[in-house]
Amino acid sequence: MDLDPVLLARLQFAFTITFHIIFPSFTIGLSAFIATLLVRWMWTGREHLHRLARFWTKIFAVSFAMGVVSGIVLSYQFGTNWSRFSVVVGNVIGPLIGYEVLTAFFLEATFLGVMLFGWKRVPPWLHVMSAIFVAIGTAISAFWILSANSWMQTPAGHEIRNGIAYPVDWHAIVFNPSFPYRFTHMLTAVYLTTSLVILAVGARYLLANKHLDEAKTMMRMAVGMIAILAPLQLFIGDQHGLNTLEHQPIKIAAMEAHWDGSKPGDLVLFAWPDEKAERNHFEISIPKGASLILTHDPNGLFPGLKSVPPSERPPVVPVFFAFRIMVGLGLVMIAAGLIGALLWWRGRLFDTRWYLWPASMSWWMGFVAVISGWVVTESGRQPWIAHGILRTADAISPVPAATIASTLALFVLVYGIVFTMGLYYINRLIVKGPQGRAIEAPEMGSPVRPLSSAAEAGREALGH
Amino acid sequence: MECYLPVIWAALIGTAVAMYVVLDGFDLGVGILFPFAKNERERDQMMNSVAPFWDGNETWLVLGGGGLWVAFPQAYSVIMPAFYLPVIVMLLALVFRGVAFEFRWIAMTSKRYWNFAFAAGSTLAGLCQGIILGGLIQGVRIENGVFAGGAFDWATPFALLCGVGVVAGYALLGATWLVMKTDGAVADRNRAHGKLLLAVVLGFMGAVSLWTPLAVPRIAERWFSLPNLFYLWPVPAITALTAFAAWRWLEAGRDIPPFLASIALFLLGYLGLVISWFPYLVPPSLTIWDTAASPSSQMFMLVGTLALLPVILGYIVFVYWLFRGKVRAGEGYHQH
Repeated sequence: MDLDPVLLARLQFAFTITFHIIFPSFTIGLSAFIATLLVRWMWTGREHLHRLARFWTKIFAVSFAMGVVSGIVLSYQFGTNWSRFSVVVGNVIGPLIGYEVLTAFFLEATFLGVMLFGWKRVPPWLHVMSAIFVAIGTAISAFWILSANSWMQTPAGHEIRNGIAYPVDWHAIVFNPSFPYRFTHMLTAVYLTTSLVILAVGARYLLANKHLDEAKTMMRMAVGMIAILAPLQLFIGDQHGLNTLEHQPIKIAAMEAHWDGSKPGDLVLFAWPDEKAERNHFEISIPKGASLILTHDPNGLFPGLKSVPPSERPPVVPVFFAFRIMVGLGLVMIAAGLIGALLWWRGRLFDTRWYLWPASMSWWMGFVAVISGWVVTESGRQPWIAHGILRTADAISPVPAATIASTLALFVLVYGIVFTMGLYYINRLIVKGPQGRAIEAPEMGSPVRPLSSAAEAGREALGH
Repeated sequence: MECYLPVIWAALIGTAVAMYVVLDGFDLGVGILFPFAKNERERDQMMNSVAPFWDGNETWLVLGGGGLWVAFPQAYSVIMPAFYLPVIVMLLALVFRGVAFEFRWIAMTSKRYWNFAFAAGSTLAGLCQGIILGGLIQGVRIENGVFAGGAFDWATPFALLCGVGVVAGYALLGATWLVMKTDGAVADRNRAHGKLLLAVVLGFMGAVSLWTPLAVPRIAERWFSLPNLFYLWPVPAITALTAFAAWRWLEAGRDIPPFLASIALFLLGYLGLVISWFPYLVPPSLTIWDTAASPSSQMFMLVGTLALLPVILGYIVFVYWLFRGKVRAGEGYHQH
């Protein structure tokens, strides 16, 4: 059998990066949630907030560990799988990744240690600061990695000499044309993803009539976030789309399955795009809807897929369907946020079972939406790895297909085990729920002591 | 300035790799020594002694790899495909041992699997790192600036020797770390292991030091030609003295000095490699000047690195100071 090394290298990278993005999508928001809980606890002194923060910190630790180890893999895969890519664009993208390590990873890793293990070692203010630093670190990490990815989509600030990209203007490179949109879109997406998980856990506890104080806090905070962020995300996504139309019009054509650019685009609700016949089967669409959204004119024109030869087109089917999954889930999130806010306003948020029941099962929605969005933007960039600079097929390493295939199998095996067990353990932590009563007081400089005696000391110190 | 930039960057990446080897070395070493623990209590104690640090330690691996890409993209693009299998296996081993830190605490019936994952992952990661080092010393086949060898070029007896040597070295760092950071049975056992490992590590250092000049004329010339020999003889001499001191301190029941001496031993071995190696990044054909990124890239990154490296070193001092002192049996930082 003849294996295609380009396809295998892509499959392997797609697998490892999809696995990885699940964890940052959760931990960026979760660290901010924990930091918010701890700040609120400092402010109000309400004990259940601290208990809730401790509970989510355990889940955070498990998720963050999986994110860290799967992230280290990626920093090496640029070289193992895409060595030509690392030479051609290394001068430009390399420093962005370097800055991510320097400004984000060390900050996260250091204060993660304090956040996870410092409950009894540092004064509360320092512990709260550590949680804030971790949250900031994760967001800084997103800043740099999205800048690097955006540059691959909309390169700027560089010049090409002998086929190699050289930096000319660092400001233009970092803040390349699609970066502000992509960064805002992704950051909003990860905070939404976390909010949905928190909503689901809160609803689950309310339905089971357990941990009621904690569940109500989770529901209020999650519904508040979703009601604001989900509608906002629709607007941000629309702006991002307009930016893509300007810089990568063929990606937009694939998202809309728009073949003929000489006619206004219909808003295709469902279809099966046929790349060979260059048309859609089973199409259900709103006439001129896409033109209205993209050009703000029902008769406006935008480029179709047929405006470029087939070798310049991205794969239409995955881009088209992933886009619909993302938008569909986004609309459900808007409904979840607005209905939740309405129920909250009417004082019925905690006892409306027809809302709690679906909410308790909505934890996966953000993850699927995030992954779908990345399928749209990454598949939609094809056949380029760095738009207009280097084609994906020319970017791979001189590594035999069999080697890539066997390591791909290893990745699937190892990640399969780790992911299954991780999910199992996180579920077990959720079933167990927030535990413990006392707020442990800090013991500066003293060696670690067993939990019980520390808790006693804490109660004494706080006068409980 | 442009001529010196690659030298500065080589020094910075060299520092990052040295930081990684020493810092992750001891926590991988604790994993390598995991099978010798007698019960779960001892394993808890061992794992607790590194739990707050491992993530920060491993970040140096990302800085080393990322830094290599930033400053020397050509070298990065040759080394990674050349060592494809050992690199990927190392990363997967790090995945297993990394998640074991968190999973082990939550696991109930499956705890022993995560004990195994932690020990095997740590050992395999060290072995692969040593194999990559050995393979690099032997040289990489390059044509037109691109890796031109086979998938198993690295698989030689010498690379395996280096692999096992690095595992022994990490175990030595781990053992002396445990002498410093634990007490009771764990500390006592590792004091004994430390002495044994010291002898084994010296054996491996000696073997590599003899093998490389015999196999690679360039390295023989570097060390044994005059006047180089006059300047370089203190390196092996100080190494021998350091090893002797480490032995005496372990014998005398000291807690902290053996760990510091083990670090010194690692750094001396590293210095020896740098002397053999310079100015090559990928022997025998690519020097640091051949592979350097554009001066603008190196400069842009250098500004940030010089500004942030002190901050990062500050983090490290802070976190090691915060979690100072011994981890006693039955105590932990965990909330579980």
